[in-house]
Amino acid sequence: MPEPREIELTINGERRAGRCEPRTTLVDFLRETCALTGTHVGCEHGVCGACTVLLDGAPVRSCLMFAVQAAGARLTTVEGLAPPGEMNDLQRAFQEHHALQCGFCTPGILTTMTALLADNPTPTREDVRRALSGNICRCTGYEPIVQAVLDCARGRAGRAG
Amino acid sequence: MNAPDRAVDRATHVGTPTVRGEDQRFLTGAARFTDDVRFERMVHAAVLRSPHANARIRGFDAAAAAALPGVLLVATAADLGEVPVIPLRLAPLPGLDRFVQRAIAVDRVRYVGEPVALIVAESRYIAEDALDLIVVDYEALDPVTNIAQALAGTALVHEAVGTNVGSHYHVARGDPAGGFARAEYTRKERFRCHRHTAAPMETRGLVAEYDGAAMRVWGATKVPFFNRRLLAKMLDLPETAIEMIETDIGGGFGVRGEFYPEDYLVPWAAMRLRRPVKWIEDRREHLMATNHARETECELEIGMKRDGTIVGLRATVWADLGAYTRTGGGVAIARVPQFLPGPYRIPDYACEVFALHSNKTPVGTYRGPGRYEANFFRERLLDLAAADLGLDPAALREKNLVSAQEIPYDIGTLVPFEGPNAYEGGDFHSAYRQALAAIGHGSLPAKGAVIDGRLHGVGLACFTESSGAGPSESARIVARPDGRYEVYVGVTTMGQGHETVFAQIAADELGLPVAAFQVFHGSTSHVDEGWGTYHSRAIVVGGSAVKLAGAAMRDKLIELAARRSGLPAAELRVGAGAVLRESDASTVLDVAELARAAAEGDAEAREATHVKARFDIKMRPYSYGTHVAHVAVDPETAQVEVLAYVALEDVGRVINPLLAKGQAVGGAVQGIGATFLDELLYDEAGQLVSGTFADYLVPTSTEAPPIQAIFLEEAPSASNPLGAKGAGEGAIVATGAAVANAVADALAPLGVKITALPLSLNNLAASIRAARRRA
Amino acid sequence: MKPAPFDHVAPATLEEALALLVEHGENAKVLAGGQSLVPVMALRLATPAWLIDLNRIASLAGIRQLDTGELAIGALTRHAAVERSELVARANPLLASAMPWVAHTAIRNRGTVGGSLVHADPAAELPAVCLACDATLVAQSVRGRRAIAAAAFFRGMFETALGADELLVEIRFPAWPDGRRHGFIEIARRHGDFAICGIAATVERDRAGRVGDARVVAFGVVDRPVRLAAVERALAGTDGGEDALRSAAGAAADGLTPRADHHASAEYRSELLPVLARRALAQALTPRRR
Repeated sequence: MPEPREIELTINGERRAGRCEPRTTLVDFLRETCALTGTHVGCEHGVCGACTVLLDGAPVRSCLMFAVQAAGARLTTVEGLAPPGEMNDLQRAFQEHHALQCGFCTPGILTTMTALLADNPTPTREDVRRALSGNICRCTGYEPIVQAVLDCARGRAGRAG
Repeated sequence: MNAPDRAVDRATHVGTPTVRGEDQRFLTGAARFTDDVRFERMVHAAVLRSPHANARIRGFDAAAAAALPGVLLVATAADLGEVPVIPLRLAPLPGLDRFVQRAIAVDRVRYVGEPVALIVAESRYIAEDALDLIVVDYEALDPVTNIAQALAGTALVHEAVGTNVGSHYHVARGDPAGGFARAEYTRKERFRCHRHTAAPMETRGLVAEYDGAAMRVWGATKVPFFNRRLLAKMLDLPETAIEMIETDIGGGFGVRGEFYPEDYLVPWAAMRLRRPVKWIEDRREHLMATNHARETECELEIGMKRDGTIVGLRATVWADLGAYTRTGGGVAIARVPQFLPGPYRIPDYACEVFALHSNKTPVGTYRGPGRYEANFFRERLLDLAAADLGLDPAALREKNLVSAQEIPYDIGTLVPFEGPNAYEGGDFHSAYRQALAAIGHGSLPAKGAVIDGRLHGVGLACFTESSGAGPSESARIVARPDGRYEVYVGVTTMGQGHETVFAQIAADELGLPVAAFQVFHGSTSHVDEGWGTYHSRAIVVGGSAVKLAGAAMRDKLIELAARRSGLPAAELRVGAGAVLRESDASTVLDVAELARAAAEGDAEAREATHVKARFDIKMRPYSYGTHVAHVAVDPETAQVEVLAYVALEDVGRVINPLLAKGQAVGGAVQGIGATFLDELLYDEAGQLVSGTFADYLVPTSTEAPPIQAIFLEEAPSASNPLGAKGAGEGAIVATGAAVANAVADALAPLGVKITALPLSLNNLAASIRAARRRA
Repeated sequence: MKPAPFDHVAPATLEEALALLVEHGENAKVLAGGQSLVPVMALRLATPAWLIDLNRIASLAGIRQLDTGELAIGALTRHAAVERSELVARANPLLASAMPWVAHTAIRNRGTVGGSLVHADPAAELPAVCLACDATLVAQSVRGRRAIAAAAFFRGMFETALGADELLVEIRFPAWPDGRRHGFIEIARRHGDFAICGIAATVERDRAGRVGDARVVAFGVVDRPVRLAAVERALAGTDGGEDALRSAAGAAADGLTPRADHHASAEYRSELLPVLARRALAQALTPRRR
């Protein structure tokens, strides 16, 4: 059996270290070793998007990376989107628009949409649908999510303007 | 203590689009799903599953697996001793109990995915390593993989029973032969609905812990009280020694929370090892092990007058239940004949039913069981008949819908295990006309009109939908000394937002803001008895229990305040956490103070601050509605775009419009997606071909069409004090029907005939090809 | 769905990586973006003893234009970088227009151009683009470097000309002539899924406006991307008008025996070929709206 590895990385602005086997997926490392259970395992083969986290700001599937590959990286998970106990404007927009029901896919969608808005602060409806297409939701039918993201973008543009 | 300045919350919460209080934990990663439950010393289970559709097990060699470092337990049927049988929970169709499943395969496997061994190890990784090391000696047998083979019976799924026919029965109303004798036109067609399933985002999972006396099981949902009763019997424990605990649930849609083999195996292992055992189903397991649904064929014949008046309907229905009858396995097949006549005036009707077994994953209920299938069969046939008779499909429906004057409309006894039923109230025509108006029916391009190379079509589907299954539900409300109120319910929740809805209902009864209530659900320790969340019953029955509990607390508080103050009860009301005098809003009795007294032993105070209620539902609420789809089809590629979709349903009373709309939009997208994409395909060897999310396709944001969800409140149900009817399933039940009719309308000029789902690219291309060859 | 045990090594240089490839041979898999490899490991369809992780070899990633006008893309370049590259948009518009069809954002953020090409999924977009553009795939091993023409690189389903000790290090696209136009279209069950059938096409016209060099590549149809020679021949010398397109595209399925799977029958793929060929060529030949 291969030796476990020590890895160090930054998660939600905090330095973290942990031991894992080379085969430990990043999502299992986050959930088991770091006890950050907000990131969910939905399919473990890279289709559903529930495990999406931000790797150096870009959304990636944490089930399709091994934790050893994330050594030295800067990760953001759903727990890091707002200060503990608070919600940011995107999260509040999700609540306002009822953009979640069971909430299992929600963390992966929030991270994906966070990156979209960072990259494209004024997305069209079509931009949001495209960016969202790698995240499966079985409850909402997606439209409330699209509306929440557009509403959040409008809010940010309004405040900036 | 007087507090006249305290605002009395007089707002009516029921009916307002209250945002969900529970959202914050889901949005910040703080929710606790089953896989988030963790304990010291916790170990991890994995299930070895049959790779064969039908095989004898000649032997096991598990020595290498058992010897792997980190492996704690390898168990096959031999290690379990007397392997318990999982009985039916619902729908006891005659004969089905001969086909029930054992908690682990004994000497024989009957579907790909059937549990044959359980491994428990220090990690899931090691447990899966051990799975690879178990050698099972199988003798493969010929499988039964479709309805024709099941009927032929040349291979038997259960030799000892001697047939693949799980149940065979007839239902009828009126005089079917007489109806057809009056017919001036008849049309018979064979239809097929495809096997698919709910695929919630969270797979199933369980954590079980046993301390020598008490068993705790996390991950229970849907029917925790029933599952506790069953588990207690199987493990030979008193029911009170088992606590079923609901975590946050990542979607249910009917498939999650029934008693599955793992619901025995995991607690059994926890008992055996005296360590907490976690089992989380992976997605591949989920698609082969969790209930499948909907695979049904139907030969349907309609008799009509030339003017389109329906005079008779008769059908034969064949459903593939898979290898075993699961807890709710008879439900969907029984609901097909029940809902085949739909909202139409069809006094003379008969249906013959075959529930069949095959070497495929067993089936269970999935959102709108039987309805999605039945509505597709009937509504498709109506359009085929309309075309034959040269009638407008809309006019045909208008003519045959049961009219408001005919309601209540007796639908007869169409389900063997239920009594006679009736559509209780409402105006089907009103709903129908409003749906057509909402989409602009009549002004839309249809009947194959060509715009930019695509053919346009419009499809209609009318439906009725039952909800609010009995018998009962219970609720308990406790007033706390800190001014907060706790609501305990026996139903569970899988994402529907019941915490907010129940708080709205209680808030109205007690004149308080929604935020004053905290709702507790999903533990068998909260209330004495609960029935669970299925058949769109949580709000109808559970919400009614909450309403009764709130009203009972209000009455008891007023009664106590009247007694203690000497004021007439008629001069008192409850609000703002107190009993107030109607005339000047002065506080007569402070509820938080009363709760403190209760805590200190004041029995009278306790009685008024700890209130239980139970609601027994005596009749079944029936909602009704119409779906309309507008599509454009590319005849060269078979691609379909759903341009507009109206899902309209009268649900009696909308408790929370925001959440109800969420149910409708989500349900419609799920159903429309399934109509084009979701399919559990088997090959001739009985292997599941679409066994990952790369092959089992569910709709994503780029496929989801725009949905216009409309709820009417024209016919509040008399069955419950809320006036509510279920709102969680009506948006899915007519999706296959409306979309198929729209696609058929678009392709009518090509002569394309649609009698089967799904409308996958490949299937639709084949239909277009066949039509071109005929032409 | 947890991968079987393996050991992980992440060399810092190409030379180390090549040496490790020789050392571990068949027992090793090369990990680039991992977006195709990790799922098959999770399903335990691949159980390598070693993963040679290329992600620390910075020199393998990057997009540059050579003096020759060629576009050179390092094998480890992520799809997202190609998608966002202004240089790619200028220097190979066909490649740029194919990128949004590759899976989804999160996959494109990790998946690499080289990984996709070496994986050689017959339904993938990038192999088709390479074939349409006559790209050169540069392979390196401890034995040295060699250039492989795209037409020779894709040998079959998940099969390439790459030797066991070789790594794909760079892809070179010939300079894009002025006036070359392109079309790209595919049909999949859902946006982002692998194509049931797709067409990548480039067309040039001569001074008289006649169609000159045309390249029409189908993917998703047989075991590798394939040039539709009959279509190319039929189109050459025509005016590129609607009738010419329809007539030329009609030959798209000639000589091909499309594969069948549970998403699409061979007949359906045969039917899509002329339709999509016509539409892709129409994209290329229809005057763009300004």
